[in-house]
Amino acid sequence: MTNHWIDLANSDCILIMGSNAAANHPISFKWVTKAVEKGATLISVDPRFTQTSSKANIYAPLRSGTDIAFLGGMIKYILDKDLYFKEYVVEYTNASYILAEKYDFKDGLFAGYNPKTKSYDKSFWAFEMDEKGIPKKDKGLRDERCVFQQLKKHYTRYTLDTVSAITGTPKDLLVKVYEAYAKTGKPDKAGTIMYAMGWTQHTVGVQNIRTMTMIQLLLGNMGVAGGGVNALRGESNVQGSTDHGLLFHILPGYLSTPSPQWPKLDDYLKRRPKSSDPLSANWWQNEPKYMVSFLKSMFGDAATAANEFGYQWLPKVDVGVDYSWLSLFDAMYKGKFTGFFAWGQNPACSSANANKTRQALGKLKWLVNVNMFENETGSFWKGPGMDPAKVKTEVFYLPCAVSAEKEGSISNSGRWMQWRYAAAKPFGQAKPDGDIIVELFDKIRGLYKKERWIFPEPILNLKWDYTTKGRFDPHKVAKEINGYYLKDVTIQNTTYKKGSLVPGFASLQADGSTSSGCWIYCNSYTDKGNMAARRGLKDASGIGLFAEWAWCWPVNRRIIYNRASVDRFGKPWAPKKPVISWDGSKWVGDVPDGAWPPLANADGSPNPNSKYPFIMKPDGFAAIFGPGLADGPFPEHYEPLECPVDRNLMSSQFINPTVRVYETDMDKFFTCDPRYPFVGTTYRVTEHWQTGIMTRWQPWLLEAEPQQFCEMSEELAQLRGIKNGEKVTVESARGKVTAIAIVTKRFKPMLIMGQQIHQIGLPWCYGWVHPKDGGDSSNLLTPSVGDPNTRIPETKAFMVNVRKA
Amino acid sequence: MADKTFFIDTTRCTACRGCQIACKEWNQNPATKTKNWGSHQNPEDLSFVTYKLVRFSEVVSGGALRWYFFPDQCRHCVEPPCKDAAEALGYKKAIMRDAATGAVLFNQTAKVKAKDFEQIKEACPFNIPRYAPTKMVMAKCTMCIDRVSNGLLPACVKTCPTGAMNFGDRSQMLTLADKRVRELKAQYPKAQVLNAKDVRTIYLIIDDSVRYHKFAKGQGPAGMTRIMAMNKLISPLMRMAGLKG
Repeated sequence: MTNHWIDLANSDCILIMGSNAAANHPISFKWVTKAVEKGATLISVDPRFTQTSSKANIYAPLRSGTDIAFLGGMIKYILDKDLYFKEYVVEYTNASYILAEKYDFKDGLFAGYNPKTKSYDKSFWAFEMDEKGIPKKDKGLRDERCVFQQLKKHYTRYTLDTVSAITGTPKDLLVKVYEAYAKTGKPDKAGTIMYAMGWTQHTVGVQNIRTMTMIQLLLGNMGVAGGGVNALRGESNVQGSTDHGLLFHILPGYLSTPSPQWPKLDDYLKRRPKSSDPLSANWWQNEPKYMVSFLKSMFGDAATAANEFGYQWLPKVDVGVDYSWLSLFDAMYKGKFTGFFAWGQNPACSSANANKTRQALGKLKWLVNVNMFENETGSFWKGPGMDPAKVKTEVFYLPCAVSAEKEGSISNSGRWMQWRYAAAKPFGQAKPDGDIIVELFDKIRGLYKKERWIFPEPILNLKWDYTTKGRFDPHKVAKEINGYYLKDVTIQNTTYKKGSLVPGFASLQADGSTSSGCWIYCNSYTDKGNMAARRGLKDASGIGLFAEWAWCWPVNRRIIYNRASVDRFGKPWAPKKPVISWDGSKWVGDVPDGAWPPLANADGSPNPNSKYPFIMKPDGFAAIFGPGLADGPFPEHYEPLECPVDRNLMSSQFINPTVRVYETDMDKFFTCDPRYPFVGTTYRVTEHWQTGIMTRWQPWLLEAEPQQFCEMSEELAQLRGIKNGEKVTVESARGKVTAIAIVTKRFKPMLIMGQQIHQIGLPWCYGWVHPKDGGDSSNLLTPSVGDPNTRIPETKAFMVNVRKA
Repeated sequence: MADKTFFIDTTRCTACRGCQIACKEWNQNPATKTKNWGSHQNPEDLSFVTYKLVRFSEVVSGGALRWYFFPDQCRHCVEPPCKDAAEALGYKKAIMRDAATGAVLFNQTAKVKAKDFEQIKEACPFNIPRYAPTKMVMAKCTMCIDRVSNGLLPACVKTCPTGAMNFGDRSQMLTLADKRVRELKAQYPKAQVLNAKDVRTIYLIIDDSVRYHKFAKGQGPAGMTRIMAMNKLISPLMRMAGLKG
């Protein structure tokens, strides 16, 4: 979230799309309800009428996988009716930038496409630069090569008729949604988006979100109270794990994973674009301080300037190879792995194309299952269709403690790092994950000391001092994440002693004199104490920032991009709910995105000491034109890999041209195939957590939601002769599951390109281990194909058949 | 401790069912073995071990689809007919009313015959009382009297994320209910509270009550059945004769 949960209450219009927040993020509705009761409009866009829809002022159905068409239509509506926030768009976004000659878009393809590699040469998407190397602008937005005019041109095709034919959303409802949301283009109005896996789990997942980001920029909704782009995270600490480098392409703090394209630390540190605009903060220019401090946290005294602070000891990802979930399991299926730690996860149920995943586990020599309960992953060898005699994988089970039995921090969707104490002792032989890791690493290091194995340096040099009396100590880790001074350092007349905690990331150094395990968390655990453990209930802001409750990255800034919430003079666009404002000498309110003064002096003259608001962009401007993604600078509608239509009404590019499919015998896809005539989607329920590992063993929760179900319309049930409560079989190209039919008015057939199309949906929280009559995972149906940027699988739109079991 | 009341604002209920689970947890009521019966409402009905149940109802109202949620529980009537019925049947201590809160409580040590229980249940306009034939004991929502008398909120109220479940002094709850009806009336002309004068669990709804749940507003003989009336009439005589109770 760019904003945070409480801030939802400040909104004038809440769009919930790609999420069923009422069911899956129940607490969010505390704040949504407050907003609605103050007069905000709540809009729910979903293929199925959900618990969220039941509370909405406007509900609009759409076919799964057509969000870009839906939102592209909104962009056209906003531009056609002149409803965008012009001053914001001109001053804070790149709408005025002039595109270089090479940029073009024709029939679904952007310039620079290489059909052989299925990828783009992004140099075709560059801006025209002036002699100083600053992008050329037309602040009148009239130049036909400027971003604004190209945006207009791009979405000309997204007419109500075409959008409605693709999405199945009736035209009057499209207009109703567009009209209600576009009202937030007024300077003092704010609209927000709440989205979740309903947007990310598509072959156009990233572009779904970008389309909305562009709408938010056109309407001036970024940085303001009640606005922002708000990802509702799927687990309580997904935000924290992403911040701390869980994914393959990033180190902690969103630093890129090293790669052979930057063979030396120096190459790595110089790779970020420079800006010659003195008004651009280009914050990433500070990255050397963060990277060197990170290396000092990793390798301690062993990291020196002479050995590139241990840069060569970090693993490097090969250029053009992705190490995402889908690719790892593809490699595992091909027998390229020896062993696998399934730690706090259940891939046999959570993975798209779960049959392929279950087979892949059988290609391993060993598997370590670290979990609280027996599950479908640890027991895959005796699961449905498996012959235990033929599976050679040796499985080890390590019981671990549950979250309430561990002390430490959780970072929520709103970027709040909140400290928890351990409420109980772990049960039986179960251990906290930290203790398991400590024991494991001590053993590994012991072996490396004894044996003459290759490349021992990363293991032997790792700084590893996180225990107290032999046990994992979360405070020591939290302090290292914040970072220390490693020698006495004097900054602006203040001397910081060696061994003291760094007060904030502005103090980190690139010379090895500071450490920080994750620069964005620097300031979270200082000499003033553990900021995340704070429980202050004062709210001086009046807009629910609660600055003394826990701690928020970066530097306790509760709403990021907040310098865009004010005009060039530092005056809030929405005076009744100011995030920050300039009092003539300083900013008051939230921690601003930099303390520089506003862009304009009181007399209107430009202030040369100011900076543009979007400080993380090299040029300081928010990107309506985004040249960084794999699949294009403007989002474009493409059909899901499996879809019910035989063509794309927007262009002759049927599916996302940069999608790569896996090619094993288990990667089967059937599009527009009469055997699989219905659109399928998956979702969650309040009662079960992810694959249900924790909740299926909880009798009260199981009582409330006991068995795999398949929701379908009354019309489809009639077509297939299915009665409510009957058992049905749902089948895709990849597998089948049995489920209980819930025949409901909440799904309705849709009119897509003149045909009646049915959609069904199933939750993915069940598995064969427990309960015995609960049914198996709906991920047996889903395709192992992903977004070209993230490789998040397309589990929200695929094709199925359903019949009476 | 003042007279207590629940105010349940169904417009705020998202059917997260936190209340249903919290009720089970606080009362340590076991889960029953359920199956999906083509609905998310599970268990299907209240039972001896289910005091609180979120009921789901899909209806088309004024051409629009509505999905109503009704967190059903004992109304803790101001003049509880179940208590009258039990007393008329001679059970003087089976149903009590807590003087401080007004909570209507089923005595877990009082044995009740199955056929008498049927009459007690019939007396309830809201179809709340439930019975364990093997134990010969009745059960229902206790207003979390053990929590409330220790200054805590009932478990269902404590857990509710949206403000659908409210609990407090009766006068405050009545004021809150009144305020919410006034706020909602413009948008929902049918906005109303149910039986505010007669019960301590006051529901706010925005459509006809039967669209939420058959017994939402109360059904059947709100007064006394013939047998009950007879029993009530003759009970002083029987007491005098030392025949019963």
